[in-house]
This record gives sequence, C-alpha cells and structure tokens, in this order.
Amino acid sequence: MATDERLLTILPAWNEAESIDAVIKEIHREFPGTDILVVDDCSRDATASVARSAGAKVVRLPYNLGVGGARRLGYRYAVEHGYDIAVQMDADGQHDPRYIRDMVAALADADLVIGARFAGEGEYRVRGPRQWAMKLLSMALSSIAGTRLTDTTSGFRACRGELISFYSTNFPVEYLGDTVDTIVQAKRSGYVIKQIPVSMRPRQGGTPSASPAKAMVYLFRSGLALLLALVRR
Amino acid sequence: MTATTGLIMLVVIIELLRRRQLREKYGALWLLVAIAVLPLAFVPTLLDGFTSVLGIASGLSLFLFLSVVFLFLVAVHLSWESSRLEEETRSLSEEIALLRADVAELQESRERVTTP
Repeated sequence: MATDERLLTILPAWNEAESIDAVIKEIHREFPGTDILVVDDCSRDATASVARSAGAKVVRLPYNLGVGGARRLGYRYAVEHGYDIAVQMDADGQHDPRYIRDMVAALADADLVIGARFAGEGEYRVRGPRQWAMKLLSMALSSIAGTRLTDTTSGFRACRGELISFYSTNFPVEYLGDTVDTIVQAKRSGYVIKQIPVSMRPRQGGTPSASPAKAMVYLFRSGLALLLALVRR
Repeated sequence: MTATTGLIMLVVIIELLRRRQLREKYGALWLLVAIAVLPLAFVPTLLDGFTSVLGIASGLSLFLFLSVVFLFLVAVHLSWESSRLEEETRSLSEEIALLRADVAELQESRERVTTP
C-alpha cells in the first residue's frame, strides 16, 4: 500500500457504548494508519462520547436512520474529507481488524473487497432458512459479479476511489440494501469486486437476532431485496 | 345523508385551506372532487344515463368503481410523496450530522488557540 493514501474506517454504531471502546483501540493497535469514523445512529447511550474519548472521529445522526443510512453518511464523510480508501466494519467486535491490512492490499486490483466469512477461515456457521437465503444470494450475486462470492451479506468491506463517492450518494438504505444492493450496483457501474477470506469472532455484547420465524422472514426479504436490486435502474 | 356528509367534507377542506393546514395542490384536488360529486349526492340517478352506454348495471356501481380507483391512485401517490420526503429528511439529517462534526472540530481548534 502506498503510504500517502488516506484511509478511513467507518463504524456504524447504535447503542454500542459497551464494546466500541475496545473495537476502536484494537483497530488503532492492529492498523495504526487509519482514521476511524464512528457514525452514531442516534444512540440512547454514551456511544458518541465513549468513541470520541477512544480517539475516533464521531458524527451523530439527529435520528435513527438504520445501518444503511449510517454507512452512507460514513461514505459521504470520506468524500468530503478526501479519503482514498474506506473500510466499513461492524462496531460490535465481530470483525477482526487484523484483516484490514489484507483487504486494503487486495484493493490493488479491485474496487471493492468483501471480507467473506465462509471462504475457509474461521468457524462461523449458520443453518436453516438463513443459510439457504445466504446460499441463494451468493449464487445469484456470484454470477452477476462474475467472481465467486460466498458471503454477500458481509458488512466487512473495503473500497477505494470513485466507488466511495458513488456510495456516498447511492448507498441503498433499505433492508439488506447495504449488502446485496451495493454489490449489484457496484458491478453494474463497472467496478471490480473481489473477496478475501476472514474469520469472524463471536459478538462482544448484545444478542444475535436468530429464530426460525425470523430466518424465514430473512429468506423472503433477501429474495425480494435481490429481485429489486436486479430490476432497479 | 350523503348530501350532508358531502357538504361537511367540503366545509372541512375549505376550513383546512383557510387555516393553511393543507397545501393548495391537495386542497384543490379535494375541492374538485367534492364539486364533481356533490350533485350526485342530491340526484343519485344522475349517472344512470351514462351507465347504459357503458354496459354497467347502475350508476351506483360505476360510482363505487370509480371511487375505488381514485382512492387507490391517491394512496399510491401519497406513498410516493412520503418516500420522497423520507429521502429529503434523510439527506438533511446527514447534512446536520456533518455540520455538527465540523462545528465541534472548529470549536476544539479555537479552544486550543485561546488556551495555550
């Protein structure tokens, strides 16, 4: 990586005061070359001030926009402050910042790099309808993107240059738009997509959203999100 | 019965417009609807002449059909408007968040200058 490139790590956070401090410090330790932006999606706890004292830049939304909206604001911030590379992660500590280096390196011959959880590394597993949904999305999106993508709903990504400004105005904010739609859009606009394997860790705080009923809803909604992504202008 | 309901609705719309609670573009639409429909309330058989030409049993069913279509269009239009409004408030909130971050940064740097 050229040292003169400015790098921003975007962490959308909603009520993450417990874990955000550790996440920020770990990123700083593992990858000192990056600025960290916490997009506080109108948390009711002390997320913003904890993040600020941990040494991150913070923008606070005046009301809750959801994770897609928070990410879009992150990209907009990256554009307005002239960053060359943007990395998006989750703020709950599931994404391991050790992989940022690999992802940024992989940007050398791609515009968008996705950190994929099922590509060999790590123990992360899902089952049932949720797994079918992910399989379906992966197959469909792999053929669209022209490259093998095994984890299309991963929120661990890096992108560079023009794609940042593209996302700053086009980042879809509806359900699953932040993962599925963004891949379709990027591909359709001629950007090169790649994935590298990453391992996931168990979340540091909070509870995962998983029950059979929810998984069915997830399957249905991801199908709809995919269809919409395909027919959109 | 229908006549009084129609008249009350007309009064409500005019009152809303007078108090500037309703934008003219919507007010005008509802006023036009009221004016078109009110005569029917007084003379329900008014449409019957039409219906025989169109092959519909009675003026009433034509009226009900048209009102369902009309209300459906209005509902779709309102969803469209609210999607647009959501998008507008969303970008406003983005703008606010960025501005607040800038202001905080400026304030910080000013404090550094004044208190060495």
